[in-house]
Amino acid sequence: MSEPLRGVIVSHAAVAQALLAAVAAITGVNDALVPVSNDGCDTGALADRLNQAIAGKPAVLFVDLPGGSCLTSSVRLARGKTDVAVVTGVNLAMLLDFVFHRDLPPGDAARRAAEAGSRAIRTPAA
Amino acid sequence: MSIALFRIDDRLIHGQVVVGWGKPLNIGFIVLVDDAVRANPWEQELYRMGVPAEIDVVFATTAEADQQLSAWERDPRVGILVAGDIAALARLAGNGGRVERVNVGGLHHRPGRTERLRYVYLSDAEAAELKALAARGVEVTAQDVPTASPVPLEDFT
Repeated sequence: MSEPLRGVIVSHAAVAQALLAAVAAITGVNDALVPVSNDGCDTGALADRLNQAIAGKPAVLFVDLPGGSCLTSSVRLARGKTDVAVVTGVNLAMLLDFVFHRDLPPGDAARRAAEAGSRAIRTPAA
Repeated sequence: MSIALFRIDDRLIHGQVVVGWGKPLNIGFIVLVDDAVRANPWEQELYRMGVPAEIDVVFATTAEADQQLSAWERDPRVGILVAGDIAALARLAGNGGRVERVNVGGLHHRPGRTERLRYVYLSDAEAAELKALAARGVEVTAQDVPTASPVPLEDFT
């Protein structure tokens, strides 16, 4: 069996670290995700951090916003690679789903995570 | 209106530009001055992705920006011009009068640069470039977001 997918959370400030801690607290899974912050990075430094986090392995990049340096660096890195996929609008729900479905191809895992994340956004009656 | 913010930021268009500055200034357009991005439609699309549809994004080389600046200044909408290095803004400023203020919004660590502020790293040559810009009558301050206090040039060079 091939190695499970790696999830890389790419965020402003400490959002990535906080999401990783929340996933570990809820699921007990603490080896599926790697946090990357863009703090103090220009585009080159952020690309270096992303490459280090991916370490040449199949991965899904979970980006906080659908624009900005986290996204542009992630999409540049994933360009032309079939083993790296990108999802924007990362939330806890999509990560909780992802950590239990890391046997999928990266593109499928990304689509599945996006659907799980979208389903979690609701406006419940209070 | 005209260009309300001339910004040096090596991340070019990102959250601080679009949201941090763009919202309070109620901008209608962003000019991204970068020769490499101007020549690369794929990179341009990447930068457009982070900008709401109602805000126009104009891509220009430094030479094109030099020619178009007066037209952008006559635009009735509010705009932000962002470049990734000091040289581009220095060229646009010319011999004075064309650019009143320059905002150093983000120049990050690279070999040869030292930390001047949390978000500003400069080599000695870059610090000298900024001082030369100020000597032409341009007010140069560092400020990452509008809610922060502008830092005078002499405090970070």
